[in-house]
Amino acid sequence: MKSESTSPSSLQTAGRWLTAAGPVVGLILVCIFFAVLRFDTFVTWDNAAIILQQTAVIGIASLGMTLVIIAGGIDLSVGSIIAVGTVVIALCLMAGLSPGVAALIGIAASALCGAISGALITRLRLMPFVVTLGMMGALRGTAKGLASEQPIYPDETWLSSFMRLGGPGSLPGGVWLMLGLSVIVAIMLRHTRFGRHVYAVGSNELTARLCGVPVERVKLWVYILGAAFAGIASVLQFGYLTGGDPTTASGLELNIIAAVVIGGASLSGGQGGVLGTLVGAVIMSVVANGCTKLGLANWVQEIVTGIIIVAAVLLDYLRRRTHRDR
Amino acid sequence: MSGSRLRLEAIHKRFGATLALKGVDLEIRPGEIHGVIGENGAGKSTLMKTLSGVLPPDSGKMELEGRRFQPGDPQEARRLGVVMVNQELAIAPHLSVVENIVMGAEPGGLFLRHRQARQKAAEALAKLDRTDIPLHVPAGSLSVAEQQLVEIARALALGCRVLVLDEPTSSLTTVDAATLFRLVRTLRDQGQSIIYISHFLEEVQLLTDRYTVLRDGVTVAQGETSQTTPHELARLMVGRQVDELYSRSARTPGPVILSATDLGGAQKPLSASFELHRGEVLGIAGLVGAGRSELLRALFALDPIKSGDVTFCGHAGNSTPRRRWANGMGMLSEDRKSEGLALNLSLEENLTLPRLDAWLRPAALEAETGTWIQRLGVRCAGPVQSVGQLSGGNQQKIALGRLLRNESDVLLLDEPTRGVDLGAKQTIYRLIDERATAGKAVIMVSSYLPELLGTCDQIAVMCRGVLGPARPVAEWDEHRIMLAATGAAVV
Repeated sequence: MKSESTSPSSLQTAGRWLTAAGPVVGLILVCIFFAVLRFDTFVTWDNAAIILQQTAVIGIASLGMTLVIIAGGIDLSVGSIIAVGTVVIALCLMAGLSPGVAALIGIAASALCGAISGALITRLRLMPFVVTLGMMGALRGTAKGLASEQPIYPDETWLSSFMRLGGPGSLPGGVWLMLGLSVIVAIMLRHTRFGRHVYAVGSNELTARLCGVPVERVKLWVYILGAAFAGIASVLQFGYLTGGDPTTASGLELNIIAAVVIGGASLSGGQGGVLGTLVGAVIMSVVANGCTKLGLANWVQEIVTGIIIVAAVLLDYLRRRTHRDR
Repeated sequence: MSGSRLRLEAIHKRFGATLALKGVDLEIRPGEIHGVIGENGAGKSTLMKTLSGVLPPDSGKMELEGRRFQPGDPQEARRLGVVMVNQELAIAPHLSVVENIVMGAEPGGLFLRHRQARQKAAEALAKLDRTDIPLHVPAGSLSVAEQQLVEIARALALGCRVLVLDEPTSSLTTVDAATLFRLVRTLRDQGQSIIYISHFLEEVQLLTDRYTVLRDGVTVAQGETSQTTPHELARLMVGRQVDELYSRSARTPGPVILSATDLGGAQKPLSASFELHRGEVLGIAGLVGAGRSELLRALFALDPIKSGDVTFCGHAGNSTPRRRWANGMGMLSEDRKSEGLALNLSLEENLTLPRLDAWLRPAALEAETGTWIQRLGVRCAGPVQSVGQLSGGNQQKIALGRLLRNESDVLLLDEPTRGVDLGAKQTIYRLIDERATAGKAVIMVSSYLPELLGTCDQIAVMCRGVLGPARPVAEWDEHRIMLAATGAAVV
């Protein structure tokens, strides 16, 4: 760090561009790989629509997780939150509420779960990992209790149309929802003071505090928003299942975190973005879809996904190390 | 046996462009307490790192008991008999006292010999006359003074020939310090050689047999402690020219903008009272650990206030850093790397963080940052570059730029020129002068006395948590400041 940094800015720009483009390049490579092997069945509109449909739940939850991870936190409870969300929506519908109101109540209940985690983390200064690990169990139990350990299937409403595949040239509503929310989150991160504060808290909490950032408030809101996005994802999951299931989305939090990490976010905070996260989520769906098309067993998919996660983190590490050493 | 236990001759050490050590001589005799003193940055810590094998010297000769002493790493230095006890204690809090004492030299091979370990630990503690310390409690349950003792016992258990104590009393109470002095004398009488590093001249005078003074990386004096005085030692430590690097325009103080009455923090400061006027630079001198940074943090509401009041712009009462920035106060942290800047974020993000509109226009912020880069003379690739990639001086300009961009009326600057090259220093002094002349007020904490004398209007000295009265700079010189800071004289 002693030397003067007068290196040409073109290199810097290239470096930054690569950071954003890395996941995109990865996605293209994965697509080419499957396209070459299974052109007929992989490269069709219907298949693309299926891939995106299967990305929607993870994608939307990942948007919230992106905020949490950029702020230097983690939320392991989102899978359970999604289950709570589907159950609450189902119960509301059974109680005769309109679908729109039921969905909003589901989202609000999810946000409340995040508020509890956030309050525990900021007020009691507990580790996010431990708090949300506890919440993961507690909320799963809550979902089961609310649903009396049984899936709940209310009469079908327009909520299930979110995940319905249309004809050629159309995408399910859930996919559009995911894209719209992505734009909103991207704008929030780049163009609002709150977004800037999220990066600052994750990058260096002490600096943020020194500069007057309300660190605790930012963290609390990040967990609330993260859970609210899981709540929106639960609306889609409800639509997909056409019911509320207390055992759904078990382990999904890991896929969600993986999507964010593949997208270039750093688990130590301060880094990450919406485009990367979205691409990360799509990569995972493409791999799952492609492996099915190749007729590979489930366990192969799981191994491949694991390798991709580690490879993404390794690449990120290598890139950052060369950056730092210069 | 030769007359000296440890002998260093003409030790040189270079870091990049700076010569940290340029000719240090040091001679330690068997069975003596040898004080090594010098200002912050005089080269004491570099010298001790050289001695303990952390940094090899570039040139020079080191001999231990007449044989060449060239430790490749701290483990080797310890094995050869030079053991360092640092300011920050290296204690494993969950392990027992015995386990801590024999750590790294556990008797037995694959299996531990518990009885032997216990005996070794007990022997070491017996040498310290402290058999009262329980052997099997977790070390973390002991007091700081006792933990320090455990670390000294570890050194003895290793068969240490030269024990280096670095600022050992900085975290001790007066009573514990007296106990430590007794213990150090006991060790000396057993034939142990002790290097005692301290800022506190009174301690050096009280405890040591001989002394060596370092200044700017050179040994400037050594001799018998009984033949000198704290006044003389202070003169030796600071005797250096003040360069004309500073700017101080003529200015007249305006109304009081910030004041504290008997301010006390959670631990430090114990008591601080002052009045800061518009158009004034108030310097706060004192030793590391005196509580100067804590004072600034309390003023900025980063740390809680336990007693007393801070009045800013006529308002007292609780505040937050957020409110401080909004009301026109700004703070520069002494620790640029871990607190002052978010190194991974860009120049723009760092510069603008304290004051952002709810809706951001990144392009406009980048353009604004560009003008600040020019105004501050920051050498960088552009506003989107990570601030961590800049040199120390340029980083500091960005950290200071924050306060200027915020148009802060009160600037709290903690060691603003630490680790900064000469050119950047000059820029920083110029900016401070400009602000004060424009009617803003500045509090500057610094360990570098010439800079305080060169830039401040008033100087107050902090000693062991208590802030002394502020006096016009004309009434101070380095010698007087050093005496007040080391508690050698009440000014």
